[in-house]
Amino acid sequence: MDQFTINLLFVGASFALYIGIAVWARAGSTSEFYAAGRGVHPVTNGMATAADWMSAASFISMAGLIAFTGYDNSTFLMGWTGGYVLLALLLAPYLRKFGKFTVSEFIGDRFYSKTARLVAVICLIVASTTYVIGQMTGVGVAFGRFLEVSNTAGLLIGACVVFAYAVFGGMKGVTYTQVAQYVVLILAYTIPAIFISLQLTGNPIPGLGLFGTHEASGEPLLAKLDQIVTELGFNEYTSHHGDTFNMVLFTLSLMIGTAGLPHVIMRFFTVPKVSDARWSAGWALVFIALLYITAPAVGAMARLNITEMFWPDGTDQAAVSVETIESAPEYDWMLTWQKTGLLDWEDKNGDGLIQYYNDGSEAMAAMAAANGWAGNELTKFNRDILVLANPEIANLPGWVIGLVAAGGLAAALSTAAGLLLAISSAVSHDLMKGQLTPNISEKGELLSARIAMAVAIVVATYLGLNPPGFAAQTVALAFGLAAASIFPALMMGIFSTRINNHGAVAGMVAGLLVTLIYIFLHKGWFFIPGTNSFTDADPLLGTIKSTSFGAIGAAINFTVAYTVSSLTKELPAEIRQLVESVRVPRGAAAAQADH
Amino acid sequence: MSDDKNNAYWSANLRIIMWSLAVWALVSFGFGILLRPVLSGIAVGGTDLGFWFAQQGSIIVFLALIFNYAWRMNKLDCEHGVDEQ
Repeated sequence: MDQFTINLLFVGASFALYIGIAVWARAGSTSEFYAAGRGVHPVTNGMATAADWMSAASFISMAGLIAFTGYDNSTFLMGWTGGYVLLALLLAPYLRKFGKFTVSEFIGDRFYSKTARLVAVICLIVASTTYVIGQMTGVGVAFGRFLEVSNTAGLLIGACVVFAYAVFGGMKGVTYTQVAQYVVLILAYTIPAIFISLQLTGNPIPGLGLFGTHEASGEPLLAKLDQIVTELGFNEYTSHHGDTFNMVLFTLSLMIGTAGLPHVIMRFFTVPKVSDARWSAGWALVFIALLYITAPAVGAMARLNITEMFWPDGTDQAAVSVETIESAPEYDWMLTWQKTGLLDWEDKNGDGLIQYYNDGSEAMAAMAAANGWAGNELTKFNRDILVLANPEIANLPGWVIGLVAAGGLAAALSTAAGLLLAISSAVSHDLMKGQLTPNISEKGELLSARIAMAVAIVVATYLGLNPPGFAAQTVALAFGLAAASIFPALMMGIFSTRINNHGAVAGMVAGLLVTLIYIFLHKGWFFIPGTNSFTDADPLLGTIKSTSFGAIGAAINFTVAYTVSSLTKELPAEIRQLVESVRVPRGAAAAQADH
Repeated sequence: MSDDKNNAYWSANLRIIMWSLAVWALVSFGFGILLRPVLSGIAVGGTDLGFWFAQQGSIIVFLALIFNYAWRMNKLDCEHGVDEQ
């Protein structure tokens, strides 16, 4: 069986499974559509949350980011998991106790303000829409590479599948497909990693292999990697090179942003009890950690494998020849990926060999001159292909490659569905029922939720086909908005009895505007190229990059909210009671019955 | 239920949160980043302890913190009679 057929089988089987779940899990009420009837087991919800959270960025990009930067990009590992501690301790149990359907609904009720609810809805829709574009383009790319159809056709197939289970099943359909998608994506991620770890270190657990011994040389794997990359003029893998303050701030921004993303928070509305919400956050992190503890091993091992492919006899011997790349079967993956334009090489000095080294390093200049090298000849290596090409690089069987194709699609589709659900519930529950048509019937609201979902899918598909030039930068925007506006508002709503309607609105707007302006100053106004006054290489404030600004936006939000609240009227008694009731678990089931 | 009893429950909760967040910050921002140079003498598999905390250790501690919080809070709910029936 050829590779194409294998890929088709794996992707086809996984899609058939998702459709099957869609037919089984149809939502019959708004409670089922928004919160899966609040009957999801905490472990099941943990698994669904893990798939909801781990996007194309976690699955495809993260290991590549770590592989080519090393220690400095540990920020993603700590930031994207540390947020769950904040979520579990500061938000999830209380929001579950509150017992409503959307994040903006809590903000609107707690701050007794339609304006606050509207600001929250706007943040939610902007953050989720920008986030979903990346997922949709990811679906198109994965299809294009593995199934040899055009990006457009791939994206349309993906959109139809999401349509089937998200429009009819709502949160109920999405929850159970996410569970299936989690299983597909974690197998797809860990199986190749286990093979590679065995090949390099003899240890079947990649997370342990990373700190184990490189069998070929007898040295520790990371020491070997440090040695080989520094010999080629690259930064030492395990040491710190960037700015420490920015690293701390970026990690903190990722943590706060993670805890404030509405599509993740709303998953905790689906469990039956407050105590389940607490357990469920732990289970979510267990399932996330399985991937996140494997990712740095995948990154380091791939970096070592790739470097050794170009210097098969060591860095002091001859590099790999063009002839070998074009004829030897273990280099087939390079030819495959060259076709996609994401990987390329060029024999600049015409010696028939491909020298891969850091031609930006001064120390290498003398060596290059002595050896007659004319610059780095691995001219293009897109970091995103690392995970997808990994099984081919390690020469693994064809079924593993098929599994990785299905896994990449599962990661992108599960996150897309979660985001679309957040958008559609904000539109139908917060905008329609909350503001425009408060007297809408249950049936009418369910219908409008489905229509909103269908429209959101069409818009996301359009944006995925025609991604605005800024698509890559907007994930930073989504995290910035979540960190600067949503997380502080939710936290103050629970932990403070002093913050009132005026304080909350002023805080959210201030945090939001300052963060947005800081991002625009560095990335261009509305992301239009050339309109930026600063760059992240030389930021406005010291070493603070625009991607790290979310934490400062949050601090501004807190400060403004406290100041304005202390100058204005105290909370009304009934809101004080609402805060008191959110703080104790008893009565969560009653809150559910009200609906 | 009296307000005093609720206050005792809430301040016990806040204490657990404070301690948990202190550990949360210590392992990630502390051991993983700021204190890494101080810990560089402790070797772990070809590198040092700070690198391990940044890429693996902090995640494991985060997990322990969340499960510890869930277990202690669910117990605290019962002790203060505010658990769900």
